[in-house]
Amino acid sequence: MILSGHALTIGYSDRVVGRDLDVVLNTGEVLALLGPNGGGKTTLLKTLLGLLAPRGGEVRLGDRRLSDYSNRERARLLAYVPQFHAVTFAFTVESVVLMGRTAHGSLFSRPSATDREVAGRMLERFGITHLRDRPYTMISGGERQLVLLARALAQEPQFIVLDEPTASLDFGNQGKVMREIRALGVSGHGVLFTTHDPNHAMRAADRAYLLRGGERIGEGATGEVLSRAQLEALYQTPVELVSDASSGRTAFLPG
Amino acid sequence: MGRSAVPGLLIAFAVLVAGLLLAFMVGRYPVSIADLFDVVVAKLSGHNSGVPAAAQNVIFLVRGPRVLAAAMVGAALSVAGTAFQGLFRNPLVSPDLLGASSGAALGAVIGIYFSLGILEIQGLAFIGGLVAVAAVYLIGSSMSPRDPILVLVLTGVVIGALLGAGVGLMKYIADQYNQLPAMTFWLLGSLAATNVTDLVPLFGPVAIGTLVLFALRWRMNAMSLPEEEARALGVPTGLLRIAIVVAATLVTSASVATAGIIGWVGLVVPHIARTLVGPDFSRLIPAAAFLGGGFLLVIDTIARTVTPTEIPLGILTAVVGTPFFIWLLASVSKTWA
Repeated sequence: MILSGHALTIGYSDRVVGRDLDVVLNTGEVLALLGPNGGGKTTLLKTLLGLLAPRGGEVRLGDRRLSDYSNRERARLLAYVPQFHAVTFAFTVESVVLMGRTAHGSLFSRPSATDREVAGRMLERFGITHLRDRPYTMISGGERQLVLLARALAQEPQFIVLDEPTASLDFGNQGKVMREIRALGVSGHGVLFTTHDPNHAMRAADRAYLLRGGERIGEGATGEVLSRAQLEALYQTPVELVSDASSGRTAFLPG
Repeated sequence: MGRSAVPGLLIAFAVLVAGLLLAFMVGRYPVSIADLFDVVVAKLSGHNSGVPAAAQNVIFLVRGPRVLAAAMVGAALSVAGTAFQGLFRNPLVSPDLLGASSGAALGAVIGIYFSLGILEIQGLAFIGGLVAVAAVYLIGSSMSPRDPILVLVLTGVVIGALLGAGVGLMKYIADQYNQLPAMTFWLLGSLAATNVTDLVPLFGPVAIGTLVLFALRWRMNAMSLPEEEARALGVPTGLLRIAIVVAATLVTSASVATAGIIGWVGLVVPHIARTLVGPDFSRLIPAAAFLGGGFLLVIDTIARTVTPTEIPLGILTAVVGTPFFIWLLASVSKTWA
């Protein structure tokens, strides 16, 4: 299956954020969206999620326009992991994950045995079964990110879109989330995530998409598109490339 | 919290039962628990109870309608408050946020000004509440804003202020010896005049609205998330928002039409319910209904027994509600923020 944007003009009713954007995401593939603050990453993300109507062009999911899907149909194919956030009420971790099953029931239905079973399986997958009855507001930032991942997977989607999944996580949890993102690609999901760290894109993504000032300034396999010159152009700052002689791996340092 | 939910629900139910017993037993003509039990069992089984006729009259004719009305109004305001707090993702809103109470108040004082009968006044209050909320909703959503919830709240506040000015005007031009006291009394809330015929127009809307909200309880969990997140989960947020607002407004308007303005219940009771059973609406809605019914039964019993003349309910709920709410903010706010 393919999620794609064609000649997209993105933005809000009073302001255009980006023009002429083409994006393609296949299932089984991980795509990282990089770019400076205010460059249109989140707007593009929301447009591809169907949460924001494109100002021009169209988003397609499978063989239909995304806007032709109902909320419920879309949510069974396309899941969203929002940025680390605070919720108003202290729902239990299990309740939060069960919310991921919303699209699999009718407006009035209560969670079925299957729903609870799926939620339980997702808690297990991310190793957070012990948090099941804890209030979501009382767990750590890293644990919350895992809960949101579990909720997204409980939707049983083909595509998962994550908005800065590693922002405000400690070093260890960043690694954990990176591994989970790679695993999602391996298990056949199409994954799109935004990040401020090119090294995270190198580590978890197959391809990278560089967005600056609402324009695509580069796209391709992470090994090719993420070069020192491209990143200096993207962020308008000097970048240093370091490489590890023994593994041949490279990493970027800003400044 | 998942495990403490059942006891929490039981505690809420026990509060309702205690409120019912208290309200039936206490008053100028005390009724013993044995008599109350005998009379109810006899009534249900169709036998004769042997309890004095005076006690039977007190139970069925004098206190019965008022007790049922208090339980229903308390439950209705609490359920509506619960729904609004979830919908607006804010634990500090009450069911009159979108103008239901101020619209009903304006309807009622207009009815009193034109010296209409009690049924017409109630009807005007009910319609006033519905019209006010419809106006707020139409104005708020006609702007197709990026944050529909915030615009709705602001519109509600502004329209509420306008309606408040209308109420002020009616009080200003009213006859200050007959109409003004009646308006003031109505605006402070009372169940003193409740009789059997009031129960049907109260029960119908309250039952319908509450059933709709209860049927939507699982979706209301997801509705309390940020708008875009709820939509990404597959919730038809626009449709659900209308359904929740209509249902909550129905129960609020019917309650206000019967009992006048009773503040605090819809704001405070949902919090107590949340500390008992957690924020999950599948348990929160019944818990809030039980607690709200029990709470208003206690308040109403105080209102009619403590002093020779009745104390308006709105005053009592504020006197009880304010210190309680401050205590609540100070002690448990960390767990829901």
